[in-house]
Amino acid sequence: MSATTLETVCHRTDVLVIGGGTAGCAAAWLLAGKGLRVTVMEKAAVDRSGCLAAGVNAINAWTGPGKGPADYVEYALADAHGIGSRELLLTMAERLGEAALFLERLGVPFHRNPDGSWASRSWRNLKINGGDIKPLLAACIKGRPAVTVLERVHALSLIAAPAPGASPGVRRVVGCVGLRLDRPELVTVEAGAVVCAAGGAAGIYRPNNPGLSGHKMWYPPFNTGGGWAMGILAGAEMTTLEMRFVALRLQDTAAPTGTLAVGQGARQENALGEDYEYRYGNTTSQRVLAWRRETEAGRGPCVMRAGYLGGPARRAIVRSYLHMSPLQALRFLEGEAALADGGEGEAPRDTAVQIEGTEPYVIGGHTASGLQVDAARATTLPGLFACGDAAGGAPQKYVSGAIAEGWIAAESAAALLAASGGARIAAAPGGHQGAGGGDAGPAAGEAAEAVRSLAERFLSGPGPVYSEADLEEAMQKAMDAYAGGRGSGYRYGLPGLREAEARILGIWRLSGALRADTLKGLSKIWELRERLVVARSLVAHLAERRETRWPGFGEYAEHPGEDERELSFVNSRLADPPLLPPEDLADHPPVTLRRSLADGRVLPAPGGGRGATRCP
Amino acid sequence: MSVTFDPSLCVSCGACAAACPGTLIAAGDGAPARILYPGDCWGCASCLKACPARAVRLYLPPALGGRGGLLSYGTEGGRAVWRLERPGRDPVPFPWEPEGEGDY
Ligand SMILES: Cc1cc2nc3c(=O)[nH]c(=O)nc-3n(C[C@H](O)[C@H](O)[C@H](O)COP(=O)(O)OP(=O)(O)OC[C@H]3O[C@@H](n4cnc5c(N)ncnc54)[C@H](O)[C@@H]3O)c2cc1C
Ligand code: SF4
Ligand code: SF4
Repeated sequence: MSATTLETVCHRTDVLVIGGGTAGCAAAWLLAGKGLRVTVMEKAAVDRSGCLAAGVNAINAWTGPGKGPADYVEYALADAHGIGSRELLLTMAERLGEAALFLERLGVPFHRNPDGSWASRSWRNLKINGGDIKPLLAACIKGRPAVTVLERVHALSLIAAPAPGASPGVRRVVGCVGLRLDRPELVTVEAGAVVCAAGGAAGIYRPNNPGLSGHKMWYPPFNTGGGWAMGILAGAEMTTLEMRFVALRLQDTAAPTGTLAVGQGARQENALGEDYEYRYGNTTSQRVLAWRRETEAGRGPCVMRAGYLGGPARRAIVRSYLHMSPLQALRFLEGEAALADGGEGEAPRDTAVQIEGTEPYVIGGHTASGLQVDAARATTLPGLFACGDAAGGAPQKYVSGAIAEGWIAAESAAALLAASGGARIAAAPGGHQGAGGGDAGPAAGEAAEAVRSLAERFLSGPGPVYSEADLEEAMQKAMDAYAGGRGSGYRYGLPGLREAEARILGIWRLSGALRADTLKGLSKIWELRERLVVARSLVAHLAERRETRWPGFGEYAEHPGEDERELSFVNSRLADPPLLPPEDLADHPPVTLRRSLADGRVLPAPGGGRGATRCP
Repeated sequence: MSVTFDPSLCVSCGACAAACPGTLIAAGDGAPARILYPGDCWGCASCLKACPARAVRLYLPPALGGRGGLLSYGTEGGRAVWRLERPGRDPVPFPWEPEGEGDY
């Protein structure tokens, strides 16, 4: 494809939802029910996209009999070693039961006890057959007249206009520009409010599996931090990026262990046959630490052992993995078949499956990384809301929490529209007036033009020496080696973080010369640059939290151990946000700040008297 | 790397390409389905579940413990039936036998 030109097509809607995953579908469903016009912009197809593409076999956030939202808040805060917002957790936890009921009504099969009640693994965890949970969720928005689903559209950049009354540099978000992957077209969507539900970020660190298996990771490799990169460049504040999520998973396939641990009572065991789990504590990060310490001490490999399991249990395990991690199910099926032939195999028959830690992911649904939001799920940019893995501050959301947050963000977006005179801009004939007085018209035109010239530049040959894959590898190597990846034992120090930042900035400069000959290729260049923007802010966060609060997820060499002066949120925003991807990322450094855990207000003299710190 | 298509079974309907969460597949253009970015495959099996013809199969790369078997998916009487396919062997269907309600 040489010298491609991109057409621009414009849409108007009441609310734009970026990302049609779990939270995005829930948000769009609620908005449509309120009679608002919704547009969902989704990179893939809503039937199978995001975290739920392969399915899930449990609802991990729920409050069972005798427990309530407050119990969930306490549990999640303790698991996060104190870093999380009580208010965000409570507003989410209050709706977990409703979210589970919603899923059952959509047709997701729940396991039941003989008395008809839902079967649970624990008070927080319901068993489901969720292999087709995503198409069931998508069905609640597809085909509704109020909902326009734009599939195979990669959201590239927010559209923002000056915000009247806000402090200088703060923009009001009035829409988004996306790239169609199936024809050379840019789509601009102008909206009265925008909900970011684009998930978290995988692929920033070098993945555990090499080469052509590099995408066999736990978190979806197609969630590349795009919603965050757009937000960061527009000036949105980010929170808690430094709380990276390292998952303890079955070796190679990165399949979750809960099916064996909680479902079958399997225990972790080191190579000496010792059950070591409670030597290190029982928070999520301590369980990862346990595997690491045992392995570092030469007592690996570690396994999950459930002992001999009979036919029904074996069948249940395979079925359970088929609903969530087909590659692991295949591994078990091949193992069982080999045993049946008299050979050897890793099979649920005598379950002792090796486990390992993954590369770090950055997500808001297990850990608490993401866009800074208040209880209404409003970001720091007027007009922009966030939910699910894209929203920070509240760990342990999972499927049901993502749905709960999608609903909250949707209600807040609807309230914003109502407050600005019920302005249904879609209904205002020819009106350029966005809700709240922001003038989307010229902003949309300008954003589309700017994105178009940048995108067309990437599409104009000839290509440089390097490919997008080369630069991705360089980024992953730099983050692995200098910013606490698995290859460096999840350890990092300030000199290394500086090196990581310098390399990220250098790779950004090289990425400006990349060329693509397909629309998918252009989308992949954009994804690389999304990860670079997120990685750069992440490095600033790692440097700023001067302690080691979650040793399983990462250890700060200069600051071992928890420090109570660090009991605040580490946040960041760009001092001079460019909105569009800049020529040189170095010109737009992130500045860190602290917010109070108790009420989210900005702390004037944060972290026990230290001032806000520039990126290293 | 991990999905493979059987061109003799493919009816070129395009459903696998429409389903892939990474938009990695080309299909429905008259030619048999094929994966354009094999190194980008997540292994989620969305393409298997979309295929009406059991023409897409998932395999585990050897670096991930694969033994050369293929997993396929279809429905029989409205129920999902997976199949382990191995060269020169009879396919092993899963569920191995009819399942009872709620056994887990
Ligand atoms: C493998 C795995 C297993 C899990 N198992 C369980 C479980 O058993 N139980 C449980 O409760 N939770 C589980 N979780 C967690 C749960 O699935 C997630 O927390 C939740 O689904 C996140 O929802 P989300 O809407 O924030 O993200 P997603 O559902 O991932 O949605 C993000 C969407 O945004 C789209 N998108 C991304 N970037 C762009 C862009 N630039 N433009 C347009 N669209 C974009 C993506 O394609 C995707 O559709 C699991 C997660 C994973 C990864
Ligand atoms: S397994 Fe998933 S990621 Fe791989 S080609 Fe099929 S649908 Fe796409
Ligand atoms: S879904 Fe199956 S039959 Fe249809 S194009 Fe894909 S491989 Fe061919």
